[in-house]
Amino acid sequence: MITEKRRQLLIFLIFALAALSAPFFLKGNYLLNVLIFVGINTMLAVGLNLLLGYAGQISLGHAAFFGMGAYLSGIITARYPVEPFLVIACAAACVGVIAFVIGFPILKLKGHYLAMATLGFGIIMYIIFNETVEWTGGPSGLSGIPNLRIGSWVFDNDWNNYYLVWSFTLAVMLLSINLSQSRIGRALRAIHDSEVAARVMGVRARILKVQIFTVSAVISAVAGSLYAHIMTFIAPSSFGFHFSVELLTMIVIGGLGSIYGSFLGAAILTMLPEFLRVFQDLDIIVYGLMLILMTMFMPGGLISGLESVMKILSARIGKRRDDHAQT
Amino acid sequence: MLRLNGITKVFGGLIALEDVSFSVEDGSITGVIGPNGAGKTTLFNIVTGLYTQTTGEVYLDGQNISLFETEALAKLGLVRTFQNVELFGKMTVLENVMVGLHTKSRSGIFSSAFRLPGQIREEKLIREKSRGWLDFTGMGDLAEMTAGSLPFGKGRLLEISRALAAGPKIILMDEPAAGLNSRETLELAGLIRKIRESGVTVVLVEHDMDLVMDVCDAIVVLNLGKKLAQGTPRDIQENPDVIAAYLGEG
Repeated sequence: MITEKRRQLLIFLIFALAALSAPFFLKGNYLLNVLIFVGINTMLAVGLNLLLGYAGQISLGHAAFFGMGAYLSGIITARYPVEPFLVIACAAACVGVIAFVIGFPILKLKGHYLAMATLGFGIIMYIIFNETVEWTGGPSGLSGIPNLRIGSWVFDNDWNNYYLVWSFTLAVMLLSINLSQSRIGRALRAIHDSEVAARVMGVRARILKVQIFTVSAVISAVAGSLYAHIMTFIAPSSFGFHFSVELLTMIVIGGLGSIYGSFLGAAILTMLPEFLRVFQDLDIIVYGLMLILMTMFMPGGLISGLESVMKILSARIGKRRDDHAQT
Repeated sequence: MLRLNGITKVFGGLIALEDVSFSVEDGSITGVIGPNGAGKTTLFNIVTGLYTQTTGEVYLDGQNISLFETEALAKLGLVRTFQNVELFGKMTVLENVMVGLHTKSRSGIFSSAFRLPGQIREEKLIREKSRGWLDFTGMGDLAEMTAGSLPFGKGRLLEISRALAAGPKIILMDEPAAGLNSRETLELAGLIRKIRESGVTVVLVEHDMDLVMDVCDAIVVLNLGKKLAQGTPRDIQENPDVIAAYLGEG
């Protein structure tokens, strides 16, 4: 079992090394810029995956938490000269409290009803982002958000921002991997498979669901804050229902209940729009189609598809070795 | 150990249980039997907090647990298995049992995410104990299998292993022999005795008369939601009311 833990750690280290060295192999800032958004979306996807992939609770309103993080950070730092990192922490805490409070009534619902409730929450927040013009700037957006800085070090170019985002992303991934392989992770998956059996075994399902909903919201809020500081301009259209569906598509395509799957899905869906531009606003139809096809033909997501391909390959190689040994 | 006092459960206009009272002796194996629709599973669901009774109380070691939530009972030492086998299908056999130890451990979200030293130690302990329980039920070599892919009989055993991992004082089994072949049923009888010998009180709802008569010290017979008889297997076998209820005479 120690070897399994070591294997997990090794995979993470290789992944982290690849992520941290990627900028050195990239030509031009365009790809680097895309990878920054891959990082942000990975964070969001991992957060949503903890909720949906592990605990089995759907949220169609996660873009709202992303938006709340972004607007809280954006509004405060654009108006007042306060330490932005402190604001990020406060925004995250604030979103966490809100998620915890609304989580209690919402997570009593199951299935379609939960989907509707979270959808409703997302839409309400979207309306608030649009209508509180004095604070958010309304549909035309909020500008003048300062870049993050540590002392005289300003995160104002793609190179800096890449490392800023990815250090957060890698931390979120590592913590989530740890969580998924712990007593809490098992309890979450138990709730997913059979809530009644989990409760009989003493898992306090109701509170645990609210807790993981909160964790998930906090991760989204942090991603939102980083997004605001990197873009320096935010508008409600980034935080609507459309984006919630996109996040959902990411984890279904990448793999429900897989942290690396979240990354895979986030990477594909972040880069895909560049190719989907020809479809313009029809891209949500493409997402829908992808969701349907994935759930029909590859319910475990691409990551499980990859895993089975690896298994077949290693079995083939093993067999070939046996054949060689025999001759 | 477990005492039921005047349990009545009404679903809409239907009386599922009517004034059912009985006690389960500490360290006994008690069988609850009765024809289909007698209210046996409803009774279990009430005791384990999944349903709330209309009237009546349930006492565990003298403590009134009538209004306790299901998730609070494992910690008090009361666990159950299900008629249709409720496993965590996508998790491994070992992980299923590890969930059984949920109330015996305390690491939270924070200590788990940051892998604090206490959490690592606890995790190791959970793993060791869980392996111990799989050995107890003879499933040690299946530890890494996915629970959902187990054959039905093994699934039953896993459910019992998981329940035992919670360290219960009393375990309620809902038709543990349903769907088992005769060899597996025989093994189950052996396991039930072994569980009792380890100091755990057993209550089973069961259709398999041979098993009930074989392992139980005491039997409660339910019919149409009412307690029909209570006594030793021999008493029950000779009780004319019971015979009438089962053979449909009278």
